[in-house]
Amino acid sequence: MAHHEHEIVRLSASALAEQLAAGEVTSVEATQAHLDRIGSVDGEVHAFLHTNAELSLRTAVEIDARRAAGESLHALAGVPIAIKDVIVTNDMPTTSGSKILEGWLPPYDATVMKKLRAAGLVPIGKTNMDEFAMGSSTEHSAYGPTHNPWDLERIPGGSGGGSAAAVAAFEAPLALGSDTGGSIRQPAHVTGTVGVKPTYGGVSRYGAIALASSLDQIGPVSRTVLDSALLHDIIGGHDPLDSTSLTDEWPSFADAVRRADVKGLKIGVIRELDGEGFQPGVLERFREALDLLAANGAEITEVSLPSLEYAISAYYLIMPAEASSNLAKFDSVRFGLRVNPPGGGTVEDVMSATREAGFGPEAKRRIILGTYALSAGYYDAYYGSAQKVRTLVQRDFAAAFAGVDVLVSPTAPTTAFKLGANDGDPMAMYLNDIATIPANLAGIPGISLPVGLAKEDGLPVGIQFLAPAREDARLYTVGGALERLLEDTWGHTLISQAPDLAPGEMAAAEEGAV
Amino acid sequence: MAKAKLMDYDKALELFEPVLGFEVHVELSTKTKMFSSAPNYFGGEPNTNITPTCLGLPGSLPVVNGEAVRYSISLGLALGCQIAPSSRFARKNYFYPDLAKNYQISQFDEPIAFGGSVDVELPDGRTFTVPIERAHMEEDAGKLTHVGGSTGRIQGAEYSLVDYNRAGVPLVEIVTDIIYGAEKDAPELAKAYVATIRDIVVALGISDAKMERGNLRCDANISLRPRTAPGEPPAKLGTRTETKNVNSLRSVERAIRYEIQRQAQILADGGTITQETRHWHEDTGTTSAGRPKSDADDYRYFPEPDLLPVVPSPELIEELRAALPEPPAARRRRLKQEWGFTDLEFQDVQNAGLLVEVSETVAAGASPQAARKWWSGEISRIANARSAEASSLVAPADVASLVALIDSGALNDRLARQVLEGVIDGGGSPQEVVDARGLAVVSDDGPLIAAIDEALAAQPDVLAKIKDGKVQAAGAVIGAVMKAMKGQADAARVRELVLERAAAE
Repeated sequence: MAHHEHEIVRLSASALAEQLAAGEVTSVEATQAHLDRIGSVDGEVHAFLHTNAELSLRTAVEIDARRAAGESLHALAGVPIAIKDVIVTNDMPTTSGSKILEGWLPPYDATVMKKLRAAGLVPIGKTNMDEFAMGSSTEHSAYGPTHNPWDLERIPGGSGGGSAAAVAAFEAPLALGSDTGGSIRQPAHVTGTVGVKPTYGGVSRYGAIALASSLDQIGPVSRTVLDSALLHDIIGGHDPLDSTSLTDEWPSFADAVRRADVKGLKIGVIRELDGEGFQPGVLERFREALDLLAANGAEITEVSLPSLEYAISAYYLIMPAEASSNLAKFDSVRFGLRVNPPGGGTVEDVMSATREAGFGPEAKRRIILGTYALSAGYYDAYYGSAQKVRTLVQRDFAAAFAGVDVLVSPTAPTTAFKLGANDGDPMAMYLNDIATIPANLAGIPGISLPVGLAKEDGLPVGIQFLAPAREDARLYTVGGALERLLEDTWGHTLISQAPDLAPGEMAAAEEGAV
Repeated sequence: MAKAKLMDYDKALELFEPVLGFEVHVELSTKTKMFSSAPNYFGGEPNTNITPTCLGLPGSLPVVNGEAVRYSISLGLALGCQIAPSSRFARKNYFYPDLAKNYQISQFDEPIAFGGSVDVELPDGRTFTVPIERAHMEEDAGKLTHVGGSTGRIQGAEYSLVDYNRAGVPLVEIVTDIIYGAEKDAPELAKAYVATIRDIVVALGISDAKMERGNLRCDANISLRPRTAPGEPPAKLGTRTETKNVNSLRSVERAIRYEIQRQAQILADGGTITQETRHWHEDTGTTSAGRPKSDADDYRYFPEPDLLPVVPSPELIEELRAALPEPPAARRRRLKQEWGFTDLEFQDVQNAGLLVEVSETVAAGASPQAARKWWSGEISRIANARSAEASSLVAPADVASLVALIDSGALNDRLARQVLEGVIDGGGSPQEVVDARGLAVVSDDGPLIAAIDEALAAQPDVLAKIKDGKVQAAGAVIGAVMKAMKGQADAARVRELVLERAAAE
């Protein structure tokens, strides 16, 4: 049994789906295997804030029964999936990593949850994150940090470190993330996994607890490009409950992966994100990947997006400005934490005491920044100017995409840093998102996939491709192609090189295999 | 609260020019709320007509109600405004427990309608053109009930209850430009302006427009500026106050008059006006200080990122323009002619703000004169006595039924007044009140004849006079009979019968 479970959790979602369809494994077995894995490794990784074995198994039982009854099910039916705690679920508490929502059970499901449930996926738990998705390390979670499965002393990225770590540690084959400035892609980069930020409006935001409404986007997290595509196919599409969701008919992203080919593909290397401030081992793996693409027929050119220099400054005005307004609803009146000041007080006193106790330092920092940026007399200089930069960034991308099919850069400047390394230096933390933020400002899609380990520290490195808005399919085509080329070169997947977190289990598995 | 000293009104007008401005909020009668699919209905059990969006639950998002946009465009057009080819929602950020998200979705620098004007008729028949700066869409807040204080206000309350049924009800806020030149008619203009807005939204069918229910709310801004000698430049504008909670046409007029007198006295005494909101108190006819309001109130407006700009097609705008109802002023001229009212009769009805009621009563079958008589007469009298709005007391259809009962002879005027009171006090329709209280005129001759015979027997001298042909003597008997019948008899029929019975003796 241990052997069997060990194999199940190592399967990609698409491989597991095939075994489920073929009757080689049941959803109950698959779900139990992942629950067991969580039980054995999550004490160290801390990817999950909440699991409910009974609830997950009940869903799995139902899927197995429907399959046994001959019902035609979605390809991923019965596959477990981890959910970033920023997404509201009507059967699991939702905290967005904050004390102010501790224990809150939403009375409704996010649109993506409805879609997952309709497709028969098995939600297996809620994953850890920086409070309200504010951070690049998951250290700002009110519930303690998540640890990188490659090196437990290191950060798993953020804000979606829980989802990335859960997938990297084989606790789930799939996860949902949300990406406001890189919160899906940067964790993928530091954990050797795949993460996609769809085109803004490609996936409904209804039920995603807003950080910055004009930047937030839900997307897939997985170990393979195909798995992300399969998940994206389920969660994407128009939602009448989200006015900013696009009404486009989307092509199958899984098909885009399957026809993966880079011959004749024009790839532009972003000059501003290739050099200064980037770790040598990151750049080395990045250039090797470009060489591999070129050797297989891609046309690599260099392009310049001069306004990217200002992107991070603009982002750190727009994001906190919107966040300061979005977080105003946490006032103790209708839901969540309520702190009564000693001796009682007015409703204002209660709101104030609640927010003082309920928000962590990073949330407070951004609320103050954003409130300031929107204040009368400062609006034009800060929020107004930032929006102008945003327009310039969008124009730079439009100009660049006139000459190339996709743009490329390393996903982040460094590999995973040590937990606590950037304590007390928020600027250093913010700079980690330098390569991922521009896509959010421009509303364009991006993917990060692993391209190897950095020579100096043996930690994963990711590459990021960006495509014009609505052209998410290009990311899956080039991502799927590069993944195959790399794995052909290596003779294995990168994630298979991750240290095993439960050596006892491994030993038992190997004995069983004899 | 110390009673404010008031300057004599005419004296105030000699010294100062009143400068006005109005913000009128109109609740739209759409089926669902401004940004959610919750029913647009806020009576009933608190916190039942709500969705996650009305409560501002984490993760919830707004979606613009297309019907509300169409209503707003129609209203903008009826106010003579231009309709913006593209307008945007913005967040107005402030903390208050009736505001679920702690920001209100409103429109700020890009309203849907702007730059219009409305012709308002003053009581003397003059037309005054009120300039309209803008009309914009926004959402209503929830309703707070403060418990434990003596005033029902938040000050002194022990706790407060919040009903979010009203949260997200669609509103259009109509903002005038600064209004100069109203002079001594400022109070009447204020009332006539709000009445005109009411007539417009009723004609458009986009609001229930009941002021007493808060469907139509007026914030009245007023400042005074000192008069200068001819040839001198005008003085600069005075500090304004914004009087809120003015929820009847009559109160709008009274509140403006009061504020003119109050401000004039303060200024004449060398004092200064504080820029603040003021609360109107219907019972005392006074205003009291609310919160200080400065032009620098910082709501940190920014474009609402959860919503796309509103971009109505030119075709839609033209379609709505073509469907606009007759403007109220034209409609008034037409009704006056159709009803055959004298100038005085028509102005009475109009100044009392009863055009809609009379019109609906006529539509329900009553004659114009009967409708006018009841609305301007008895119903207005009761409304005055109860400090209520006539329109809130009784439905036009019930007035028409009452008139029909009179016309059929089932009620006389005196009984009809009793029936009306019964209807107003919640006794149901006029017929139901008649049935429940047995108020109908006794039309069965039997009881009448018995009463007449008894009266004639009691007054043999009168009987003798009648028999002698002195018909006017019958009055004494008729009086006795009516008294015996407790008024529930048709006096004309009684007279007929008295003469008949006397002749037969």
